[in-house]
Amino acid sequence: MSYSGWKVIWQGLTGNTGWKPAWREPDPKAAYDVIIVGAGGHGLAAAYYLAKEFGVTNVAVIEKGWLGSGNVGRNTTIVRSNYLLPGNEPFYEFSMKLWEGLEQDFNYNAMVSQRGILNLSHSDPQRDAFARRGNSMRLAGADAVLLDADGVRQMCPFLDFENARFPITGGIWQPRGGTVRHDAVAWGYARGADMRGVDIIQNCEVTGFIMDKGVCMGVETSRGDIRAKKVGVAVAGSSGRVMAKAGMRLPIESHVLQAFVTEGLKPLLPGVITFGAGHFYVSQSDKGGLVFGGDIDGYNTYAQRGNLPVVEDVCEGGMAIMPMIGRTRLLRSWGGIMDMSMDGSPYIDKTHIDGLYFNGGWCYGGFKATPASGFCFAHLLARDEPHPTATEYRLNRFRRGTMIDEKGVGAQPNLH
Amino acid sequence: MIRIPCPYCGERDHSEFTYGGDGSITYPALDAPMADWLEAVFERENVRGLQLETWHHVMGCRMWLLVERDTMTHEIHSVRAAHTGLAAVLEEKS
Repeated sequence: MSYSGWKVIWQGLTGNTGWKPAWREPDPKAAYDVIIVGAGGHGLAAAYYLAKEFGVTNVAVIEKGWLGSGNVGRNTTIVRSNYLLPGNEPFYEFSMKLWEGLEQDFNYNAMVSQRGILNLSHSDPQRDAFARRGNSMRLAGADAVLLDADGVRQMCPFLDFENARFPITGGIWQPRGGTVRHDAVAWGYARGADMRGVDIIQNCEVTGFIMDKGVCMGVETSRGDIRAKKVGVAVAGSSGRVMAKAGMRLPIESHVLQAFVTEGLKPLLPGVITFGAGHFYVSQSDKGGLVFGGDIDGYNTYAQRGNLPVVEDVCEGGMAIMPMIGRTRLLRSWGGIMDMSMDGSPYIDKTHIDGLYFNGGWCYGGFKATPASGFCFAHLLARDEPHPTATEYRLNRFRRGTMIDEKGVGAQPNLH
Repeated sequence: MIRIPCPYCGERDHSEFTYGGDGSITYPALDAPMADWLEAVFERENVRGLQLETWHHVMGCRMWLLVERDTMTHEIHSVRAAHTGLAAVLEEKS
């Protein structure tokens, strides 16, 4: 299915009866070159780049539910590349560059909006830390502007600058950051992969892996066995459960993260704003709702719903920096299950089982990573070597002592 | 809100507690091989269903508790003091 302005006009005049599904619903074949488990953002992106960039088109993406039913449709749509550590920053900047060309690349409107992201600082040491972070970002080719309080005031005059406990001393601004329409990312990748011959098989649960002499030869599913030379698992949130079927324990715990949206308001926020003394991040959707979130709930859970103490904490964070939102009504809140890793950073790696590859541990930062995660996973699957920006995302980094712990809190997943 | 029946204080909101994590982990001896420590510190069963976990009643009696909780439904199945001696005393009293 291809789209054009003429087609929109023609269909408008003829009752919109000529639209066809954006992707096929094929039955699984007996065998593929590559099977990707999980038709979320990362899995679909991996299939898309496998077909488009690496010439591997005999690919199936297998999904338990419907495509995009997990965290790709549950996040707060923020994209940014404002990381600190050398293991992370080049990867996220690669992702940012892919976001910038994404719509042209897959010819689909993903509403990529580079409205900028502003991280507020509330003390002099925090501002120093932001200066360091900005330098680290710029070393990796990203953009970062250090603002003083006046600079922030010009951009966001409505913030509570003179807050007694958390006065705003400045901030770090990444103009190229912003938001992307999250569902359209899944749909665009799905359509692009499907057009290139990838089979997206929905409502097909992986129940086990086909193993032969310690080598993974495919997957057992609710629709029969499907064989493949390589199997890549990208099921963040359920990583532990799926990899347990291959006998693996992972450095991951599953936790719930909530997100919130208010009723629609007139244009208010220029971009993404984050609170530096608590945990609160907010942007305004094109429909006008404030989309925001904060901490994870803090205990292991597989329930896709959150708890009230965190609702209170997140709203308090919002009130601390912009009291004007106090009378805005909350429209909806929801939860998604995060792969919280032991150092707060993800994994894109081969496993110790030949033919089995793993992508997960995205904590609650997976959405912004979607294009690069897919690209790097495709690179690994096609060439059996990591992409240059993803060499540190190894499963064995705890054994080697090469953790990528942005916050420096140690092996305590609920604190990352 | 999850309500945790603390054996000392009675039933309280979970916001009074701090989550400690997987309570089924037993740490190896200090001179155990690195692989055993690696497993205990970094690898997780990540149970979907009934999980044994620790909570610290930090805003109450400050006792560490071993709690059996369902990670799908958040239903609490059992609570006891993590310290075995304390658990025995509390059980005797009740």
